[in-house]
Amino acid sequence: MFAAAILAIIVTMLLILARALLGPTVWDCILAINSFGTLTVLLIAAHGFLMERPEFLDIALVYALINFIGIIAVLKFFEYGDLGPGKRARLDEDQG
Amino acid sequence: MIEVLIDEAVLGLMLIIAVGVLYQRNLFAAAMLTSIYSLLAAALFVVMDAVDVAFTEASVGAGISIILALGALALTCGEQKARPVFALGPFLLVLLTGAVLIYGTSDMPAYGDASAPIHRHVAPRYLEDSRGEVGPPNVVTSVLASYRGYDTLGETVVIFTAGVGVLALLGRRRRKAAKPAEEEA
Repeated sequence: MFAAAILAIIVTMLLILARALLGPTVWDCILAINSFGTLTVLLIAAHGFLMERPEFLDIALVYALINFIGIIAVLKFFEYGDLGPGKRARLDEDQG
Repeated sequence: MIEVLIDEAVLGLMLIIAVGVLYQRNLFAAAMLTSIYSLLAAALFVVMDAVDVAFTEASVGAGISIILALGALALTCGEQKARPVFALGPFLLVLLTGAVLIYGTSDMPAYGDASAPIHRHVAPRYLEDSRGEVGPPNVVTSVLASYRGYDTLGETVVIFTAGVGVLALLGRRRRKAAKPAEEEA
């Protein structure tokens, strides 16, 4: 059952990766990266249960925190930093 | 069996991301893809039971280095200027280096091999005699604090120096608040 879950997670990772690589705007990329981090956490958790070592759940939690902090940092940069593509993407959104 | 399949699937995803980074013109998207690459590498280390290495990879690769890349992008431009031309010489050199590296792995012991030299050298003695020789019930503690004491001392000095360096660079009050976001992040 856990093996099927891991398979499903990897297939979902592929789909999200396609969105991150083909995504028309940078925001698709950010969203895809966030979802991908969540899926990595899920993968570690499911793998821990598959190998009958559910203590690894703690590690999955720490990964979730790191992922959250990373996304917060990226969004802060977009809000306050002077990033070229961020400004352009905002202009694109305003025009489109 | 299933573990090998997971390893290969994760490695395949990492390969796709690496090619994607190469073809990505937008440097911001490339930096974000690098962060996923690090996260996947960390997951791979967890799958291979190297949890401490995985922690380092996740915090440095997916945490700090993406912030450093964003800082560099904030100071420069976010788009790759010209598409690089295909250069045959460097391509052949990279191909040759890769082939030599792959050839080098053929000498290494198989993954999970209990009779590999690293499991035969000093590990049995640590496991059997550390209680009598050093004392603490935790073998890792005895190894770090006694058997490799000088090594640990050196590492601590390096980390302390790095911390002092970072404080010396960032701790100064800036005259002009040019980049408040960088300090917060």
